Amino acid sequence: MELAFTPRQRAFRAEVRAWLADNVPRTPLASYDTHEGFDQHREWERRLFDARLSMVMWPEALGGRGCDLIEWLIFEEEYYASGAPLRVNQNGQLLLGPTLMEFGTEAQKQRFLPRMASSEDMWAQGWSEPNAGSDMAAITSKAIREGDHYVLNGQKTWSTRAIYADWLFGLFRSDPASSRHHGLSFLTVPLDAPGVTIRPIRALNGKEAFAEIFFDDVRVPVENRIGDEGQGWHVAMATAGFERGLLLRSPGRFQHTARRLVALYQAHRESADRDPTIRDAVCESWMGAEAYALSAYHTVGRVAKGARIGDEASTNKIVWSELDLKMHETAMRILGARAELVAEAPEAEDGASWLEGFLFAQAGPIYAGTNEIQRNIIAERMLGLPKS
Amino acid sequence: MDFTFSDDQLAFREAVSRFLMTEAAPEMLREIWETDVGRSPDLRHKIAEQGLTALSVPESCGGLGMDDVAWSLMTQELGYYAIPDSLADTAYVATGLISALPESVAARDEWLSRIADGNIRIAVGHPVNPLVADAHPADVLLLAHGDEVHAVPRSLADVIANPSIDHSRRLGRVVWEPNSATRVASGEVGRAMWAATLERGVLSVSGQLLGLAQRMLDLSVDYTAQRKQFGRPIGSFQAVKHHLADVATRIEFAKPVLYRAAHAVAHGEADVSVRVSHAKLACGEAAWLAARHGIQVHGAMGYTWEVDLQMFMKRAWALDASWGDRGFHKARVAGLVLGDAAALGPGRTFGE
Repeated sequence: MELAFTPRQRAFRAEVRAWLADNVPRTPLASYDTHEGFDQHREWERRLFDARLSMVMWPEALGGRGCDLIEWLIFEEEYYASGAPLRVNQNGQLLLGPTLMEFGTEAQKQRFLPRMASSEDMWAQGWSEPNAGSDMAAITSKAIREGDHYVLNGQKTWSTRAIYADWLFGLFRSDPASSRHHGLSFLTVPLDAPGVTIRPIRALNGKEAFAEIFFDDVRVPVENRIGDEGQGWHVAMATAGFERGLLLRSPGRFQHTARRLVALYQAHRESADRDPTIRDAVCESWMGAEAYALSAYHTVGRVAKGARIGDEASTNKIVWSELDLKMHETAMRILGARAELVAEAPEAEDGASWLEGFLFAQAGPIYAGTNEIQRNIIAERMLGLPKS
Repeated sequence: MDFTFSDDQLAFREAVSRFLMTEAAPEMLREIWETDVGRSPDLRHKIAEQGLTALSVPESCGGLGMDDVAWSLMTQELGYYAIPDSLADTAYVATGLISALPESVAARDEWLSRIADGNIRIAVGHPVNPLVADAHPADVLLLAHGDEVHAVPRSLADVIANPSIDHSRRLGRVVWEPNSATRVASGEVGRAMWAATLERGVLSVSGQLLGLAQRMLDLSVDYTAQRKQFGRPIGSFQAVKHHLADVATRIEFAKPVLYRAAHAVAHGEADVSVRVSHAKLACGEAAWLAARHGIQVHGAMGYTWEVDLQMFMKRAWALDASWGDRGFHKARVAGLVLGDAAALGPGRTFGE
């Protein structure tokens, strides 16, 4: 155990911190669930990319800078500490990116990853269907092979920011006779292809934050398939592993929220202390975020020594999603009668950012595999309890 | 930056676990706990033969000079096998205190050598604990009088037993008179020694609580995988699974907190008290949740004397408030968290 950062790691932290101090927009960007905000975020991503800070862990040839996991954690800490914008292309960068690294051909990597790193291509996810949510193996959308194309028919849903996106990655049934997790293929689909219809769904915040997507005889070249035909489930599960795990939600994000919560409590101490449980919840928030960070460093260290992140990734997802919810609930309780005010309200505190975060935190225990599914995974695969 | 254990440290833990699995089986512990003294010289002898009492003792006194970080693995094993307080208190907490004594204390090296050999029991009476654990069978008691540290031979102290619901615990009110012959440190030195002993004592029970949590989880998994109702193992029901998944999650996220605290103690870091209190809270809560859900999934069997769960559950309930109750530790955490927001946030986890 050696808990000092190396001179190289410290220099990297200093470089990132300095760049962010010079470049993070002083006024917050508009919500990325609006056209205006989406474009602002795309522009921000471009600046990150130009500084080679978009995907620091990716190889330089693919638009990254070849950082290891510790450097990535450092980057993330500095990123969130600086109050920089949320990452608008995370479905592509954090979910598809690692999958392409593992299953993509060299040509696919060259074709997709640099443009993903620079956010020239924005990606949406196409997994869920109206009747395939937690039970993802119930997918019915088809991709029937015709020569060197697949012909897609069916419907995907809950696709985040799909109305703004350029591409979709998802699972389709390429063997019509198959069932459950057999016979699926992992495909990338340009969203401007003929036969694609995208219909926005308004989310809790009233914005068109996600969408349903209809496919009517959409032709996709075979070269857009990631991994082997019929192996889509295997490829997607690897992505799900990354998603549940560390990459999607690094600790810096929650440590930053915990610090903001402490500041909020300090600013409202007198009124907050009338509810004796708030003080405890604020301290719990710091401890929870700190525990998540410590767990990340412990895991990353084990990975560096050759361990593989397995089903314990499911514990991560439960911890960060419930911590995020708890922190935002506590903030709402501190803000009291003003907590309900939206950003446009003249007397809204803190630009209603806690309210926005509170709404988004509601989704945490649901997306990326509900926490009930995660608990099943922990019980069956980590603890070895019998299947239901 | 490498927040992991070495292969040697992990292998050593594994060896200790295998040893205790054979030598400290629950049925044997039950027999020992039924005796008046509640301790077994025979088991202690075997443990010493394995070198466990010599771990913390400096190499110059015949020990292995192991630090707090390695001990954070060891205390989990002691908890897992419900090894009574005397071992960790002597071989870890008291050894740390005695090692810090000035060379001028004549008996220092002799005590350390005897700890390494396993033929001395030392009890620690830190002021944070109202009663002293394992004072009765101790040879020497380390007691506080203000800032002073006194090493009191058992013959000069009266011990009034205060039985605990946890039969592994032997608590006593120690009645004694401080005098200059027993005083081994005082003033600033004494105060610093008691302060360091507090952190080490908390760390010791934190690790044990985490080990207890893991044991209760393992017992619960075994039980629910075998016990059948409605024609199938109750462990196949989601309500039961989710109880145990929550315990597993709590344990997973308490471990690194414990390890971070151990490093802070080993290196005398500035925020040691917050790190240690965080560990105690995380480990204590994991243990209590493991007990709560453990007894629930055991059903009525969990409420019996017969099923082993009770041994570990009661010890978890007891240790949670030893070396400072939750209020004590929450207050220490709040002191930092609510006091100085500048010291918080991303990038501060390792004191940068």
